[in-house]
Formats: sequence, structure tokens, C-alpha cells
Amino acid sequence: MTSVYAGVPGVVETNEDRGETTLVVDPARLVEACTYLRDERGFNFLSDVSPADYLGWGEQAVSGYLGTASGRDLNDPSTQGLERVPGPKPKRFSVSYQLLRVSEDPARLRVQVWLDDGEPVASVIPVWPAADWFEREAWDMLGIRFEGHPNLVRILMPDEWEGHPLRKDYPLGGEPVRFSDED
Amino acid sequence: MATFARRPIYRGSRIPRRVPTILDVDPDRHNLEDVLTVNFGPNHPSTHGVLRLVVDLDGETVVGIRAVIGYLHTGFEKNMEAKSWWKSVTYSPRIDYLSFQANELLYVMAIEKLLGLEVPRRATWARMALAELNRIHSHLVWLGTSALELGAISLFWYCFDDRDAILDLFEMAGGTRMHTRYFQAGGLAEDLPPGFVAETRRFCAKMPSSVDEYEALLSGNAIWLERTKGIGLLSADDALALAQSGPMLRASGVNWDLRKHMPYLFYDQVDFGVPVYPGGDVYDRYKVHLDEMRESVRIVEQCLDRLEQTDGEAWVADDRKVVLPPRHELHTSMESLIHHFKIVTEGYRVPEGEVYVVIESPRGEAGCYLVSDGGPRPWRVRFRAPSFAALQATATVVQDCLIADLIAVAGSLDPVMGDADR
Repeated sequence: MTSVYAGVPGVVETNEDRGETTLVVDPARLVEACTYLRDERGFNFLSDVSPADYLGWGEQAVSGYLGTASGRDLNDPSTQGLERVPGPKPKRFSVSYQLLRVSEDPARLRVQVWLDDGEPVASVIPVWPAADWFEREAWDMLGIRFEGHPNLVRILMPDEWEGHPLRKDYPLGGEPVRFSDED
Repeated sequence: MATFARRPIYRGSRIPRRVPTILDVDPDRHNLEDVLTVNFGPNHPSTHGVLRLVVDLDGETVVGIRAVIGYLHTGFEKNMEAKSWWKSVTYSPRIDYLSFQANELLYVMAIEKLLGLEVPRRATWARMALAELNRIHSHLVWLGTSALELGAISLFWYCFDDRDAILDLFEMAGGTRMHTRYFQAGGLAEDLPPGFVAETRRFCAKMPSSVDEYEALLSGNAIWLERTKGIGLLSADDALALAQSGPMLRASGVNWDLRKHMPYLFYDQVDFGVPVYPGGDVYDRYKVHLDEMRESVRIVEQCLDRLEQTDGEAWVADDRKVVLPPRHELHTSMESLIHHFKIVTEGYRVPEGEVYVVIESPRGEAGCYLVSDGGPRPWRVRFRAPSFAALQATATVVQDCLIADLIAVAGSLDPVMGDADR
């Protein structure tokens, strides 16, 4: 099947779902693909850089609508399992670049790369300067390293913060207590 | 009624050059010994919320600037991932506390897209009416506080008077003045109360003359013109490169409004104009805000017509797996009782998938990226905050301005810190 986005360099997979197109791109060729999309396909607006952590994806117990195979925590009903095991993900982290074409022929497109923990990806600041703060937030919240970013420091959390709060292994309410008796 | 020239959306260089997000002092142009670094905020009365600006001054000229955010970071996204889908709806309006209704709409629309849920038309018209009232509300707060920061105190009271009238309408519809949680997946939490349409019409009749008054107070004021014209310049190319949106983009001459160019809800069925000004300065941003309020009133009036026509129709989708059953059925129907129990205890399940939904909030492109694993809780919630993007332009718009203008320029970006920091 030929898609409208045939010819984009480095595309591993093209997904159409709910009217949205996702191009999964080889991380090594991300900048090449983005430059092509900007120059040849007119995607002149980077709407967002949306990272996600898939640690533990699909590992909740599988259940029918009532009761689970592994039993059910009655004190916390929302912890019960899924009806169906979700499709596998290639790696732990995804970074989605939400593109927009501001022109008479508007369109949206998602470019996605998959990364392991600690695996770096090239910064797209040379393609879209707006990526600067978005990438800093992705580093701050999920610890994704962007190579070539001129100033990859925390943006929302304090500079001396440890850990990346939006990772799935970072507990809710896991912040250290300041000014406690032990200080 | 204002009419707006049909102009091309964007005719410019498609390849943006590098634009600074941090402005460093240029040692060739300034003697570093003369440069004084001043910390502005985060608790400065003239910054919008807890924004901190580290400013390098050479005399009165701003030669370097760094915006520091994060003082209002409350972990909304992390919290929402720990709540069931229908409980997390309450979080979304609190992110951008001035355009609460728009954020609620955004999140609910994203859930509906994942569910593939159809919303009844009456609910859609009500959503549009409230979202546009919310736009007027947000612009009024912007106008009042921006004028206040430049010394025009009286305007602040006038704006907040009208804002109060809008909050009364929200109270009438949803029971609370802000953060109503009036929208839910499938439609509304309740039907609009009788009298809402009449009350809103009364407001719509009054609002345009109020906007004219504000314009007369400011546009005829020499001090206001002196302090806003030709200040805080942002070109169309830079605005697009920095992902600016909403009034920021339209004041830089880019004719771009999602309601017009990528319509959602029923925006393609109403008549309204998109104000575009080419100057890219603080004054043009002010003009865009004023015109948008007038256009929003027109949209609200058209929505009210449709609400009258659809009186008595369904205001929520009839999907018992997602929407709570009507209260009276709980006493007679076992099925309804089970559905009610399931939704309240574990929440509804949303099919696996990922979506990115974007609406034109009062601040521009507000996006929501959702990932579901098929369970009762969102796997990933991410908000694309227009305030966050707007603050990224600080270093570009204040280059070589005077310290006194910094207030006007930073205010014209219209940042809401809750939105920027989430």
C-alpha cells in the first residue's frame, strides 16, 4: 500500500489509527526525516514533543469483565487487570514529534522514535527551533537525552532534583521530604 | 461589525533560522563590567504569576534574558495517570486556570476520540457556547491585568466586572464558577438549566459595547499607545519557528486559527472572523484580543440560537458503559445499578491507542496526547501548553528593549503559569 508519506527517509513503519498518521522513524535518521518533512512536505510548525514511558506495558493481569486470573485487590478495585493484552512496544520509551502544516492545505502528522533507557536521540532544534524547551522538558520529566541540544538542563523541576518524575518506576508522591527531623 | 480582509495564511520563508530562547550578553557590543544582572520574580507583582526572569541590564537596556519556569509545577500529568479516566477529567481545567473550560473540552474530546464516542448535537452547541464564553473570560483577565501592569488601574475593575458576569453564567450551568467539570466524555454533566439562554443573551447584548468602551479607554490613551506600539516585536517567521500560536501568531500577521482552518465541534457551521494584524508588537496583540472578544460574542449568539432549537434533545451520549445512567433508573433497573457501580468504582475502559487532539484555546494551540493500554486509567497524559511555548519566545521579543517595557512585553505573551508548569 502506498501512503501519502512514501519517500520519507528512515521510516520503519506507518500507522493509521483514528484518522491520525504516525511515522515510526529509525532514531539514527530522525533529523534527516524531519528536515525532509519540513522542506519537502511543508511541516513548518512543531506542535509538541511528547515522550512516553512504556515500562510495565501490558504486564497487568488479564481479566474478563468480572474477576481476574491473579485475583483482585478489593481495597483498590482500579488496580485490576486489563481485558486484553495490549500490543507489544519495541522499546521502553517513545518520543512523538507532533507536526503541523500551517498553510492552505493544513495537516497533522506524528513522527515517532523508540528508545531504550539511556539511548540518546539527535535534537531537532536545527529543524524546528521550538524543540528547545520541549526537549528540555522531555529530559527533565523522562530522562531522554537529546544529542546536540545546546542547553539540556532541567526546566520544570529544581536543578538539583534526582530522578525523572514521569517515569513509570518513579513513585507517585515519591518526592523527598525537606526540612524533616533528620536534617 | 468588524470584517477582516481575506489574507493568505502564511507566505514566508519555510526554513526558520535559529532563534534564541536564551539571550546571552554579547561581549562585543557591551562592556561586561557595566552589565548588571537583576532577578525579576518569581514573586514580583508585575509578572504574570510565578514567572522568573533573570535580566542582564546595560543601563536601562535589556541585553540578556533567561526565563525560568517551574515554580508552579504540580505534577498534573503524573497525577492523572494514577486516576481513572473519568476522575482525571477534574484535573484538566485546573492546568490552565483562566481557560479552564477549553482545557476540559480538550481532554474530554481526546477521551472521546479514543472511545470513538459520538456526542449529541445539543451537547456540542453547549460546549461551543461555554468555550467561547471562556475565551472572553480569559481575554478579559489578560486585558485587565496587562493594563494594570502599565498603570491603567481602572480598566482592571471594568474587566473584572464583566468577567464576573461570565462566571455567573458558568455557575448557572455547572454549579461552580471555575473548574466546572461540566463537560464529560459523551456530553455534558447535566442539561443547561432553564433561563441560561436568556441570561447569556443579556450578557451578549451588553458585551460588545463594553469592548468598545475598553478600546476607547486604551486606544485613545497616549500613554498606552506610547508603551505598546512598536514594542516586543516578533516576526511571522520567528513566531512559527518558535511554535507560537493563538493571538501571538495572529498579531504577527499569520492568518491561522484552528477553528477556521482545521474546524472541530461545529465551528464550520458558524459565521465568525479571524482578526489578523501584521505588526507583531504589543499593540497588535492587544487589538487581536479585543477583536476576538467581539467575534466570540457572535459565536455565542449563534450557539444560543441552536440551543433554543435543540431544546429538550439529548445532552449526553446514550452509552451506558461510559456515561452514568439517569438517577431515577437506579431505583428500578438492576442493569443501571450495575453500570453505575462499575463506572464509579473502577471507571470505564478506553480502548488501546494513542491520539493527539488539538483545539484553539484562548492562548492558541492547546494539545492533548493520550495513550491508553485498554485499562480504566490513562497510560500517558501529556498537555501541549500554549503558555509554555509562548514563554519560549521571551528572549526573542525583548531583545534590546528597555527595562520598563519588559513588563508590557512579558505580559503580552499572555502566559498562565499553571499552564506553562503543569
